[in-house]
Amino acid sequence: MSKDKSRIKEKTKIDEVLEASRRDFLKKVGIFGAASVAAAGALYSGYRYEKAKSDGKTIKVLTEDNRLVEVPIDQIREFKPVLKAQQTRGREGIEGKRWVMVIDLSKCRNARKCVDACQSAHHLRPYEYHINTLVMQESVNTPAFFMPKPCQHCDNPPCVSVCPVDATYKRQDGIVLIDNERCIGCRFCMAACPYSARMFHWQEPVAAEEDKDKIYDVELNIPHKKGTISKCLFSADRLRENTLPYCVSACPNGVFYFGDENENAVTNGTTKETVDLRDLLEKNGAYRLMAELGTKPRVYYLPPKNRLFKFEKGPETGYKETT
Amino acid sequence: MAGYLFSSEKDQKRLDLIGADILRNVSLNKGFMLWMSFLVVALGVCLFAYSIQLREGLGVTGLRDITSWGVYIANFVFFVATSLVGMLISSVLGLAGAKWIKPIGRIAEIIAIAFAAVAGLVIISDMGRPDRLPYVFIFGRVQSPILWDVTVVSTYFVLSLLLWFIPMIPDLAIAKTRLDNRPVLLAKVYDILSFKWVHHEAQFKILRQATRILLILIIPTAFAIHTVTSWLFAVTPRSGWDSTIFGPYFISGAFVSGTAAVIIAMYFFRVNYRLHKYITEDHFEKIARVLILVSLVYIYFNLNEFLVPGYKLKTSDAIHLKDLFSGSHALLFWGVQIFGLILPVILMLFRAIRKPLPMLAISVVMLTSSWLKRYIIVVPPQAHPSLPAQNYPVEWIIYKPTLIEALVTLASIILVLIIITVLSKLFPVIPIWEMAEEEKETNTTDK
Repeated sequence: MSKDKSRIKEKTKIDEVLEASRRDFLKKVGIFGAASVAAAGALYSGYRYEKAKSDGKTIKVLTEDNRLVEVPIDQIREFKPVLKAQQTRGREGIEGKRWVMVIDLSKCRNARKCVDACQSAHHLRPYEYHINTLVMQESVNTPAFFMPKPCQHCDNPPCVSVCPVDATYKRQDGIVLIDNERCIGCRFCMAACPYSARMFHWQEPVAAEEDKDKIYDVELNIPHKKGTISKCLFSADRLRENTLPYCVSACPNGVFYFGDENENAVTNGTTKETVDLRDLLEKNGAYRLMAELGTKPRVYYLPPKNRLFKFEKGPETGYKETT
Repeated sequence: MAGYLFSSEKDQKRLDLIGADILRNVSLNKGFMLWMSFLVVALGVCLFAYSIQLREGLGVTGLRDITSWGVYIANFVFFVATSLVGMLISSVLGLAGAKWIKPIGRIAEIIAIAFAAVAGLVIISDMGRPDRLPYVFIFGRVQSPILWDVTVVSTYFVLSLLLWFIPMIPDLAIAKTRLDNRPVLLAKVYDILSFKWVHHEAQFKILRQATRILLILIIPTAFAIHTVTSWLFAVTPRSGWDSTIFGPYFISGAFVSGTAAVIIAMYFFRVNYRLHKYITEDHFEKIARVLILVSLVYIYFNLNEFLVPGYKLKTSDAIHLKDLFSGSHALLFWGVQIFGLILPVILMLFRAIRKPLPMLAISVVMLTSSWLKRYIIVVPPQAHPSLPAQNYPVEWIIYKPTLIEALVTLASIILVLIIITVLSKLFPVIPIWEMAEEEKETNTTDK
């Protein structure tokens, strides 16, 4: 890991940091990668055949393995993902990555933009949370502060241990996901999660009609299914595209950092500044929620010291707090 | 005839007499038909409620993200608990040499069968996707306590069924010729199920051996079913569930609810089936003592479960315990502990209370309390999660069971009653051959 250190001394954009390994991981994505290469090959040979007789109208297309190819326009077919392949790559995760999130509590003013962005991306109702912002107060003498709370993506996840059917699982890149094609709705994982990170579809999902023809994407958890569990996915679909998670990029106040523990680099979602992970954690006295439980969360919190904002209630959420 | 039991004329006469008493209720009479049709109609209404839940999803219940396990799970725990009594009466007391349990052993097994069988169905009513039940067997992971629970509950059900049936084989042979005007079909069924039993000594030897093996096997199985059920809670880090004594705490509680259920059944069969001669006042006296013993053990575990964390008052435990001791669940908590446990024990110390009718009243109160106690174990610990429940609609935070939940729960109780009714109406509830054997023994010693 130390050899990476020199590379991240200069602050680079996350895209540049991740680019080097992108080509590498795409080769190893397994079924999905192989399928796309085969598809590109088929397209290419089809193109050669068509070229001989077509009128020559072509278009340039970038294949998934980064080859620029020219194909006749009438040969273009819309790509349809296959459920099985989606689930397979969704279970394996992105090789070589260990995703990590850092939440700087000194910057949070409860704008709830993270919540909004998440709920619109994942088609949730205003009170169905993958991420929620909580008002926290240790004691009467300590000031209250706001705390965004996504799934902690524990390295020792109690929810995964208790699942009877392997519907929720831990991926190699650290993300805990749910396959709602597998979930039986026993809610043992909800009972086991100390962070109350999980939600259940008690009724028909809000966008059921809109999403009903979509092929299930396990990395986005859409379409949702009534009677199954959902929760924060660290925006696994966005990570697949080398983009920051929805909540991270939506924050207007620079609260979220997100990145790869293996590269020791995290990028701030607002400023797009990439910083040294260990340095950030050490200098700010980072901690993890309920570390004493031994769940080993992948979400770190920086304490709410020297806060940028006075504590005041954020925008009305429409739901009265009861604690 | 040598080698055959009950072969003398005297023995046959004895069987006639006892058989007539015990087989009196074996008939599909008007009362049975009326009672069964009432149960079936009531079940139909409740199943309609379940069909609404199937169509609309679990949203028709009071369950939400904060309290996601409610009366269905509490009811499941109660059912598993009550079924444990089969093991307590037949195995623990039976193997210890208590002779008086002979006439009530089969009643205890009937209760065990009914509650264990329906417990499995209760858990399905709590599933968000009951259509995916086969996934538990196709994709089952041994790490999950749910898999352990499925395995041991079904094993216990099968063992209980065998423990009910195998000792009944001689009875079926005795009864098949003594059913008189009862349906011919039933006599045929008895004939088939009695496997050409002729009361030969060798047959009894095999029967006794088989029963003994089952009685021994069922002890660890019964301990396993309720220990594993307690682990569904104890393996999570929630205050109120995060306890190392949950296994024995659940088992001792199970003996209380199961014994109370058996006493209610004893009273009912004694009065309705006119079995005063076989289920005597002495039986109530003896089982009352058993109930006192198991209640004291349960009180001891309650003391440990609540007093020890209550002394330390760790932050999250304190929130939970305050809710129970003086908060929104206080009335229920103290009501169950005092009227469902402590007061009955004190009352039962008096001989006048250890009679059939007072024992019936006490058992009904204790059985009801046992159900409510399971509610207290399951629901309140979820109301106060470690991180505050904020930005939810109020009705998402405070759990209130709905009518549909109540009806689906009622359906499970009706199903238990149906199973008990069928088993006790179509088969002898008291072992005829054991009664005859006992009578013979006492007569010879008298002479």
